[in-house]
Amino acid sequence: MIPYIARRIAQAIFVVLGVTIIVFIILHLLPGGPARALLGPRATDQQVQEFIVANGYNKPVWIQYGTYIGHLLQGNLGYSYHYNQTVDSLLAQDLPKSVLLVGLSYVVSVAVAIPLGILQAVRRNKPIDYTLTGASFIGYSMPVFWLGILLVLVFAVDLHWLPPEGPQGTSVGAILGHPAGLILPVATLSIITIAQFSRFMRSSAIDNLVQDYIRTARSNGLSPTAVLFRHLLRNSLLPIITLIGLSLPATLSGAVITESVFNYPGMGLLLWTAATVRDYPVLLGFTVVVGIATVVGSLLADVLYAVADPRVRYA
Amino acid sequence: MALVREPDAGRPVTGTQVPAEAGAGSMWRLIWQVFLQNRLAVVGLGIIAFMILFCFVGPLIYHTNQVQIDIMQVTQPPSMRHPLGTDNVGYDVLGRLMLGGQSSLEVGFAAAILASVWGTAWGAVAGYVGGWLDAVMMRVVDSILAIPYLLVVLILATIFTPTVPVLIFVIAMVSWLVTARLVRGETLSLKARDYVLAAKAAGVRDRWIIVRHVVPNVIGTIVVAATFSVADAILLLAALSYLGLGPPPPAANWGGMLSNGLNYIYDGYWWLIYPAGIAIVLTVIAFNFIGDALRDALEVRLQQR
Repeated sequence: MIPYIARRIAQAIFVVLGVTIIVFIILHLLPGGPARALLGPRATDQQVQEFIVANGYNKPVWIQYGTYIGHLLQGNLGYSYHYNQTVDSLLAQDLPKSVLLVGLSYVVSVAVAIPLGILQAVRRNKPIDYTLTGASFIGYSMPVFWLGILLVLVFAVDLHWLPPEGPQGTSVGAILGHPAGLILPVATLSIITIAQFSRFMRSSAIDNLVQDYIRTARSNGLSPTAVLFRHLLRNSLLPIITLIGLSLPATLSGAVITESVFNYPGMGLLLWTAATVRDYPVLLGFTVVVGIATVVGSLLADVLYAVADPRVRYA
Repeated sequence: MALVREPDAGRPVTGTQVPAEAGAGSMWRLIWQVFLQNRLAVVGLGIIAFMILFCFVGPLIYHTNQVQIDIMQVTQPPSMRHPLGTDNVGYDVLGRLMLGGQSSLEVGFAAAILASVWGTAWGAVAGYVGGWLDAVMMRVVDSILAIPYLLVVLILATIFTPTVPVLIFVIAMVSWLVTARLVRGETLSLKARDYVLAAKAAGVRDRWIIVRHVVPNVIGTIVVAATFSVADAILLLAALSYLGLGPPPPAANWGGMLSNGLNYIYDGYWWLIYPAGIAIVLTVIAFNFIGDALRDALEVRLQQR
C-alpha cells in the first residue's frame, strides 16, 4: 500500500505545481499585464510602474514565478482593490459558508442517491426504474440556474413555504440561524448531484448483484433485505468515495451558480461579483486555493479507497 | 454539467441483440443496427433532427425581425401574431428561439469537435510516446481538471470579449480533457498490439502509425465522448450567459434568453421562462441518450472481438 500512496502523493505534488503554473500563466495573459490587473483600472501609470519594480515584475519570468510560489507558501494571496481587503481575509470569511453549502448537499445527495440506485437495480427494467432513470436524465440535463429559479417559483412565489433567498450573514453561525433559507440552495445543488450519483449507484449495484458473494449469501438462506443491507450496500458504498472526489470540481462550479441564484453569501457569489468587476486578485487567488483543495481532496479519496479496498493497492 | 459518467453496466434500455448475420467487415453496420434497437437513441436522434430543422430551416419560413427592438410590442402574451409572445424589448420569442438555437447548437457542435480533435491528438501522443512526456502531458490534464471548469471559463471570458468563436474556444479548453484521458488509456493498450509492432518493425514512421493505426481504433470512444461534450457545452454556454458572460445582444442563445426571462419571474411572463429552458433540456437529454446508446453499441462490438 505504501508505494501506491507514495506514487499518488508524488503525482499530486506535480498537479499542484501545474495548477500554480496555470494560474501564473493566466496572470500574465491578463489585459495590460499582471501589474495593471492586480492594481485595477484606476491605478495611475506611475503606480503601475512602481508596483512593477517593487514586486519584481521586470525580472525574468522564472524569478517572478519563484516569488509567486514564495507568496503562496506564506499564505499571501494578494489584495483585492474592489473589496479593499486581502484575498486571504475574503477567503476566510466566505469559504466556510460555501463548504457548508457543498457539504450539506453531498450529505443529502449520498443519503438519497444510494437507496434510489439500489432500488433501481433491484427493480431493474420495471416501471419504477424507468421513471427514476427518466427523472435523473432530466436532472442532469437542466441548467442549474433554471432549476433553482423553478424551485423558487414553486416553493417561494406560489406556495410561500420557503424564503426565495439564501440566509444572509457573515458567519457560518449566522447562516445556520436561518435553516429554512438553506433548503432551496441545498436542494438545487443536490438534485443535479443525485441525478449523477443514482445513475452510478444503479450500475454498480447491478454489477454487484451478480457477484458470487451475493449468490452465496442468498443460497445460505439470508433474507433479501439482509443481503441488500449487509452485503450489497456495503460494497456499493466504496465507489461513492471516488465519485465524490471526481465530482468535486463540477459541484463547485454548480455552487457558483447556485449561490448567485439565491444570493447566498459564499465564495461562489464573491467570485461572480469579482468576475463582473474584473477583480483578478480574488479570481486567481481563489482559483489556486480551490484547485489545490481539489487535488488534496481527490488524493484523500484515493488513499481512503486504498485503505478500504485492498484490490486497489495491487492494481 | 455531468462530467462524471456512470460505469458501463446495464442500461435500462431495450435488450440489445446482436444480429446474427454480422460479418467481420460490417463493424459500422453492426454498431448502427444495435444503435437503432435502442428506442431512447432513436428518440434522441429525432429530437436533434427536429431542433436542427427548427433552428436552421425555421427562420426561412417564419420571418421575424430579431435586430431592431420594438418598444410598442414588449412582453406581449402569446397571440396569433406572436405564437410564443414577445420579450422585454419586443423580439418575437418563437423567432428568437430559432435564432438562439442556432448559436447554442453551433457552439455545442464546434466546441465538441475542437475538443475532440485536440484531446485525441494530446491523448494519442502521450499514450504512444509514453515515459516522461506522457507523465508531463497527463499532469497538465490533471491540473486543468482540478480547477472547477466554471472558474477557468469565467476568467477566460473576462479576458476575451465573449463572441461566438471565443466562446467555442473557451468551452473547448475545458472539455478536451476527458477525451485526452480516454484516448491515452486506449492507446496504451493498442501500442502493444501485433499490427502496431509490425508497422514499427517495417519502419513506418510514428506519426503515420498514430494516424493510421491508433486513431481509427479509438474513434468509437472519441465519438461517444464528443456526443456528451455537445450536451455539456450547451449547458456551459447557458451557465455563462446566466453569469452575464455570453455573447452580447442582438446575438441570442437559449441560455441568454432564459436568463433574461428570469428577470420577470414575479410578473408571470411564463413564455419567457419555459420555452428556452425546455429547448435546452430536450437537446441536452437527446445528446445524452445518443451518447449512452453509442457506448452500448460499441460495447457490443467489443464483445464480438
